[in-house]
Amino acid sequence: MAASTAGWDSWHRLHPLSPVVQAGRRLVPLLVVLAVPFLSQGSSARSQTLIDAGLVGLAVVAGAAEWLVTRWRIEAGVLRIDTGLLRRRTTKLPLSRVQSIDLVRPGTARVLGLAEVRVRSGGSREGDVRLAYLAAERAEHLRDGLLALVRGSHTERGRAESLLARAATPRLLASTPLRGAFLWPTLGAVALLVWGRQLSLGGGGVAAATLILLAVGTGTARILSSQYGFEVAHTQDGLQIRGGAVGTFTETLALQRIQALRVVEPLLWRPFGWAKLVADVAGGQRRRDEDRAASGRIRTLVPVAPRAEVLRVAESVVGPAAREGGTAPPARARLKAPLSYPLLRAGLRDGYAVSVVGRFRRLTTIIPLAKVQSVRWVQGPVQRRLGLATVHLDAAGARTTGAALRDRSAEEARELLQRLPELCAAARRSPTARPAPVP
Amino acid sequence: MAAAAAALLLIGIGIALTNLPVGAALVVAALLVAGLGLAYVGRRFRSWGYLERVEDLLVRRGVMFERLSVVPYGRMQTVEVTAGPLERSLGLATVQLHTASAASDARIPGLDRATAADLRDRLVGRGEATAEGL
Repeated sequence: MAASTAGWDSWHRLHPLSPVVQAGRRLVPLLVVLAVPFLSQGSSARSQTLIDAGLVGLAVVAGAAEWLVTRWRIEAGVLRIDTGLLRRRTTKLPLSRVQSIDLVRPGTARVLGLAEVRVRSGGSREGDVRLAYLAAERAEHLRDGLLALVRGSHTERGRAESLLARAATPRLLASTPLRGAFLWPTLGAVALLVWGRQLSLGGGGVAAATLILLAVGTGTARILSSQYGFEVAHTQDGLQIRGGAVGTFTETLALQRIQALRVVEPLLWRPFGWAKLVADVAGGQRRRDEDRAASGRIRTLVPVAPRAEVLRVAESVVGPAAREGGTAPPARARLKAPLSYPLLRAGLRDGYAVSVVGRFRRLTTIIPLAKVQSVRWVQGPVQRRLGLATVHLDAAGARTTGAALRDRSAEEARELLQRLPELCAAARRSPTARPAPVP
Repeated sequence: MAAAAAALLLIGIGIALTNLPVGAALVVAALLVAGLGLAYVGRRFRSWGYLERVEDLLVRRGVMFERLSVVPYGRMQTVEVTAGPLERSLGLATVQLHTASAASDARIPGLDRATAADLRDRLVGRGEATAEGL
């Protein structure tokens, strides 16, 4: 498919059916709210019915009006959207600032053959631009064209990509009950149901159990529907991740946006050798007024797969550093960290630092030294007595990002502290140290 | 610690009015706590330090938990100088470096105001010279 952006410098409208999808998403809750009194009262309140119908009509008209006044175009490397009936709003997004371009298709949009193009720029959520909705083909075409513009080439885009991993549905289903977020609340709810009567909690126990199960159910359903058919592939624009059961999404993640890769192995997955691969992604620069946690974003790359497969995907992103096992801390660290000692590892390789931490859940972090923001050395009272120290590598984003080389011997920590700033500086300057994809 | 010492002292004086030995013991304990506190404040004060190197800034702090941060000038996003009411009354200021990481820990408190302003200007200058993105 040709990916030239010719023809996009004139004004375009969104797809005429987009108000239907938009309104559909707004109308469903509205109709539910309105239907409850309607059904319970029967047809006794006619004036009420009229008001309800008026409300629904208003929502439809508002949607149509919004469609009429919304238009977009690309003018000299800037994506521009004009919208708003009473208060006109113009959003201009220079394509040079674009971080990623995603395709999102909610269930209703899929039925109607529509898709939303979501353009994320650095910075906060306000930097995100949504074109909702376009015809699916057009949306893909626009996505490819915008990606080409962002790359700075106007050449036609090849469809060349290599599939790295695809989530197996049986494993996805089997791994779900073993998630901590599923298992512990469910066990709690069951315990409430079983022993609630003996503890004379009455109906309260049952109600609480029902609420817990409902929350767990919706949460699990959301995770399952977003991870169903999950695929990750290499394209020339970076990693492409896509999936979804009812609504689908396609997201392109430029490799230089990855701040760290993490291999997560929950306790109950470890007997089966399953793991999850996630990427820490910088959401651009954090502004002072911005929530710190919100700026640290995480993308799942592989929802659940055998560890070897996860490592293969990681290797295609960071190279042989993914295979680095690291070395264990000195045996005396067992006194300070008895539970996590068996898992603790740390190592340096090819411009990456690898750290393994965790008491029950094994968390392996692979962080490119080129992305390290600052290096911290910390020694607590117990560590001082044992001659140990921890070295932290801070990555952009929230407090929890980055890697910790835990409980290394004091001499090694000192040496790391001396070498790491130089290694990081060298990694930043060398272009080859950036994450290089293995095609 | 100061609060604990003050509370002990007040309670001790109160009790001393009715039960002299217990009250006196409490007052002595309060003085001990205050002394320890002062010594600790001294150690904490001495633990703070910073060093401007060619490419990065080193900041050291802590007594129980010793910490040493290395922040490359190229990673600085903002340099902040703050002075709370207490600091202002003493003619002091705090210089803090922010990077893109929320975990970076480079705060230098208790500089006198001229030193803080000089440090800020030097840091900003070096940051501009070596600025790097994410």
